[in-house]
Amino acid sequence: MNKPLQAWIEGVGFCAPGLPDWASAEAVFKGADPYVASPTWLSPPDRLPPAERRRASRVVKLALALGLAAAENSDAHVSTLATVFTASGADGHNCDALCAQLATEDKHISPTRFHNSVHNAPAGYWGIATRSMAPCQVLCAYDASFGAGLLEALAQVQHDQVPVLLIAYDSEYPEPLFSKRPVPDCAGVAFVLSPARTARSRAHLLVQPTRDSAETLNHEALETLRQQTPALRALPLLRCLALGQSRAVCLDYLPPMQLEVSLSPC
Amino acid sequence: MKPILLTTYTATSCLGRGLDEQRQALKEGKSGLKPCDFESVDIETWIGEVEGIEKQVLPPCLRQFNCRNNRLTQMGLETDGFAEAVRLAAKKYGADRVGVFLGTSTSGILQTELAYRQRSVSTGALPDGFDYATTQNSFSLADFTRSYLGLEGMAMAVSTACSSSAKVFAAAARQLNLGTLDAAVVGGVDTLCLTTLYGFSSLQLTSSGPCKPYDVTRDGISVGEGAAFALLERFDSWSAPAGSVLLLGVGESSDAFHMSSPHPEGLGARLAMEAALQSAHLSADDVGYINLHGTSTPANDAAEGLAVLGLFGEQVPCSSTKGATGHALGAAGAMEAVFCALALTDQWLPGSPGTKQLDPAVNLNYLLKSRRPNAASPLRYALSNSFGFGGSNCCLIFGTSL
Repeated sequence: MNKPLQAWIEGVGFCAPGLPDWASAEAVFKGADPYVASPTWLSPPDRLPPAERRRASRVVKLALALGLAAAENSDAHVSTLATVFTASGADGHNCDALCAQLATEDKHISPTRFHNSVHNAPAGYWGIATRSMAPCQVLCAYDASFGAGLLEALAQVQHDQVPVLLIAYDSEYPEPLFSKRPVPDCAGVAFVLSPARTARSRAHLLVQPTRDSAETLNHEALETLRQQTPALRALPLLRCLALGQSRAVCLDYLPPMQLEVSLSPC
Repeated sequence: MKPILLTTYTATSCLGRGLDEQRQALKEGKSGLKPCDFESVDIETWIGEVEGIEKQVLPPCLRQFNCRNNRLTQMGLETDGFAEAVRLAAKKYGADRVGVFLGTSTSGILQTELAYRQRSVSTGALPDGFDYATTQNSFSLADFTRSYLGLEGMAMAVSTACSSSAKVFAAAARQLNLGTLDAAVVGGVDTLCLTTLYGFSSLQLTSSGPCKPYDVTRDGISVGEGAAFALLERFDSWSAPAGSVLLLGVGESSDAFHMSSPHPEGLGARLAMEAALQSAHLSADDVGYINLHGTSTPANDAAEGLAVLGLFGEQVPCSSTKGATGHALGAAGAMEAVFCALALTDQWLPGSPGTKQLDPAVNLNYLLKSRRPNAASPLRYALSNSFGFGGSNCCLIFGTSL
């Protein structure tokens, strides 16, 4: 990557076990509040039509809440905002139900379960909820999914000179898949990234490849979350953002390629 | 956007392995579809199965990736000298300067479907040999491809259902034009599995016979499988040979309408086609062939047909090639991009095996049989549509260099 990718961070959305939103995460990073572990709280998807709202899965609620929170804290309008969704997996509970049904004699699966099985289901519901017809990318790079999403979102910002909403999220599988892929709970982060500084910009972000090791967190519970949840590989960057630090931070991507993110607060 | 060069490309489908077999079958109007005899599946429908996937043996150091989807990935990479061309590019630019962008809808889910049959009776646990990351996960084909080709740069899987491997061209083109990469492997691989066969059947979207896109009696899709790849580089008009195939424009949009039904007037489809024309700096009149998404469901073909008519009128030659290949889902976008490349280099417009009586409600210049372009207007620009569940639309425009 000869040329670094760059953008300005406007809105931030955040959600993790014990940290229901960005304000609570900032308070823990700053040492103002202690971290108290608890299951992830997911807000109801109010913007979906009633039928879709009733049946919305955990991963759909998660992605919608993250994206809306980030957009609320920016100048962007969700109805026109390009989006990049990135997740290490789709709806784990739905996947388990389909595979269990397909392992029986009666293989007739539910049509709703089938259309909800696509990796881009949360993105599809985002479109229905926001009525946005803007371009929408949906990525997966297993444990490297946050880095992949960041690279794609920054490329769109820079190439097309438009703001882009990045939503990185993961949710859990039930057993027996949980033993093979132990993501503990729902969690994720969202950023509105813009090509130019605005009154609501929080920081400038510049990304280039490196072969360094990723920064870890000197907080046992948060470091465990960083390692267990691909979207939370962003935590060292979020810590810098919360503390208003101006420095470079190395994030895990795809060995041997890692991402050096240089952050400059506004 | 700045044009991107397709240095080399390949496709494998139920029509056969490699460009020559695709080219010959498309010219002759052959279909690779057959009645469904896949695994234990008991559905009255037809499928497009690739022959020879089971014979593929992955290298010992990558055997944890062994599943139908990655065996087809390897088969595709080892066709038409594609893997060798990528290794040469890695030598030229550096292994960290060649990216991997692959599309899939279901990746290796078949491996999980089979593993669920072998769950422990006492604990319900999946068998020890089942590896989620290297088979089921949507990234596994990109991870496998990156390791197989010895690459060390950026990699990602796009999974937007049936538009997946069209959108990889857009993502890679952005990185190449920004200079963050010097070359990119793009493509798509999807393979037959129980989830998609029973899933499309549950939605009453599978045809009971071979699919017949844009036919007045069309009644659904024939699920297919396939692998298609292209090696992309920035276009340098001085070094690329005349007649090279170029990616000239990309357009992406969302329906914001329904999870599994297209917008009835094809509004999202039209937005994607308009964006692609704008990105290529072309007008609708410039386009000489459209490879339609044309799944053969009543809803898709009606909506897409309206969008194409509205934007291009009744004159532009167009066809869906899914009557030949079936619907390769997440691999369809890349496969049909390769078919557009073949149309441009061979000056042949593919027809639509299976389609007999065109739907009079969609009055397109639809090609039932393959033919050469009119002598007076050789094919310069070809457009390919790909649409997916979740309302994901992507349109690509290809052309040749002078």
